Amino acid sequence: MRARPEFFLLKKQRDSRVFNHVFLSILVVFSLGPVVVLAMNSVKSNSELGLNPLGFPQEIRLENFGNAWERGEFERTSKNSVIYVVGTVAAELVLGGLAAYSLARKNPPGANIVMIYLLVASTVPIWLYLVPLFFLWRQLGLLNTYHGLILIYTALNAPFSIFLLRSYLIGLPVELEDAARVDGANELQVLLRIIVPLSWPGFLTVGLVVGLAIWSEFQVALIFVHKPEMFPITTSYFKFTDRFGRDWAMTSAGAFMMIAPVLVLFLALQRRFVEGLTEGGIKF
Amino acid sequence: MAGKSSTRSEGQFAVGSDVPGKRKGRRREYWTRYRIMRYVLVPWLFLIPILALHAFVVVFPAAQGVFYSFTDWRGIGEAEYIGLRNFEEMIFEDQSYHDALWRNIQWMLFFVTVPFAFALFGSSLLAKVRRGAMFYRTALFMPFILPSIVTATIWRYLYNPRFGLPTLVGYEKALLGQSDTALWSIAFADNWHFWGFLMVLFLTAMQGIPPVLYDAAKVDGANRWQEFWHVTLPGIRPVVLFMLMMVMIWAFLVFDYIFILTGGGPAGATEVLGIDIYKNAFQRFEAGYAAAQGISISIFAGLIVTAFAFLRKRGWEI
Repeated sequence: MRARPEFFLLKKQRDSRVFNHVFLSILVVFSLGPVVVLAMNSVKSNSELGLNPLGFPQEIRLENFGNAWERGEFERTSKNSVIYVVGTVAAELVLGGLAAYSLARKNPPGANIVMIYLLVASTVPIWLYLVPLFFLWRQLGLLNTYHGLILIYTALNAPFSIFLLRSYLIGLPVELEDAARVDGANELQVLLRIIVPLSWPGFLTVGLVVGLAIWSEFQVALIFVHKPEMFPITTSYFKFTDRFGRDWAMTSAGAFMMIAPVLVLFLALQRRFVEGLTEGGIKF
Repeated sequence: MAGKSSTRSEGQFAVGSDVPGKRKGRRREYWTRYRIMRYVLVPWLFLIPILALHAFVVVFPAAQGVFYSFTDWRGIGEAEYIGLRNFEEMIFEDQSYHDALWRNIQWMLFFVTVPFAFALFGSSLLAKVRRGAMFYRTALFMPFILPSIVTATIWRYLYNPRFGLPTLVGYEKALLGQSDTALWSIAFADNWHFWGFLMVLFLTAMQGIPPVLYDAAKVDGANRWQEFWHVTLPGIRPVVLFMLMMVMIWAFLVFDYIFILTGGGPAGATEVLGIDIYKNAFQRFEAGYAAAQGISISIFAGLIVTAFAFLRKRGWEI
């Protein structure tokens, strides 16, 4: 009985659907095309790449990845980046989570001022404090250290994380917490046993968005990390393309290795990424 | 705020309204040490670590920056007070600052038009589509999650004069290597990365427009363009205006793409404020002057916010 909805459409409406799909497909080619070219180049040889720069590869050669991994020192730099990402996300979830819980549930005197502070802070141009911050960090010996960069990243992502976690926590029912308190739970137990298990999707979203931001971050890392052995994957890749820029196949393979984990995570959890980046985040 | 509900339930025996004369006494009684702990100290204990960290990373250096902007500080050693000298130099003498500022304004003009056109076009198409909507949204949003260094690498390749995209149409000059095309080429690469984000924001806003409005437009015989102009655009206006404001502010901060793709070249043709400050602070060690330039960017951002706040007061719905 149920016919496909298209069956009832007037000819004019069907035409308009075709129109939409045609132009959306063109936009998709525009968005995905460059990434597809990168992926294809990463498996070409350099001689093939010269003859066939934008087309499909004739044969698939995987040695570019090995070469890039070796010469780009991806083993060390991806490890560094993982440390920066995990450190920042952990600090953000713990410290930001505490602050968000306090703002959402405790509403202490001055909470409104904190909210306004965070709102203003999140729009302050980075160039206002970046230069003095560099010299402050140098004075404190925090340049070229894991914790030095993690501290900056945690602070810069704090307004976003607190806003998003707070709005998530506000949406949770209070009754469960009250019930736990009646049963004699203290504040920490309420937080760890009730709030965290219930609000993990919010924490996951914040973790993903902040993690992605740190994995991709370039500007702060460029300024605060100069020692090659402390480089995150982004600035080390920049130096790598500086040295091997002519070797398009190998540098493409390197770039592809950098984005492969991001793409997999994005495709698996894309709703969370999109929500987190668009709702909480007036950022980037 | 919704958070109040929890404290209310416990605070119901708070300020007694029963006996007027005893009010003060009751209130003092209410703020027992236990209650201060529970409703003031503990919540603030939760807030303080991250606020202190943020203040130390952002507010303290920002204040230092204001101080150093009145000095000839070189990053090390003593800073000598020179009054408004840095600002005078910036406004009246420094040609590279003026050129950089003009490039930021060009960048801004590009970003308040091109990505918005892409995003409005894409989202109004996508809002009408059911089948494959998720695929389209994911695909069009995907460039936004790529690191700037990867986006830049991809486009450096695509702009290559020997075998890049321009060669397909017989153009064999280096887009990134010429003064008149470099800035726009970088802006277009950044736009490729950015517009999908705007599109998803607009799409979410469009889903909030009541469908009756579209039905009414259809009854009135509106065509595609009229429908967009009279129903869709007014419906998402707050988001569009807010993003216009943010994009205008961001246009003064641009750094990554230009630093990676040209480093300010060729011959300074892409040197924007971010690059100029970077060079002044970390290559020429004119930290005081760089701090003054950073303050100028904040002033531009403040002016933009003020202008939008003013327009809002004049009855624009933002």
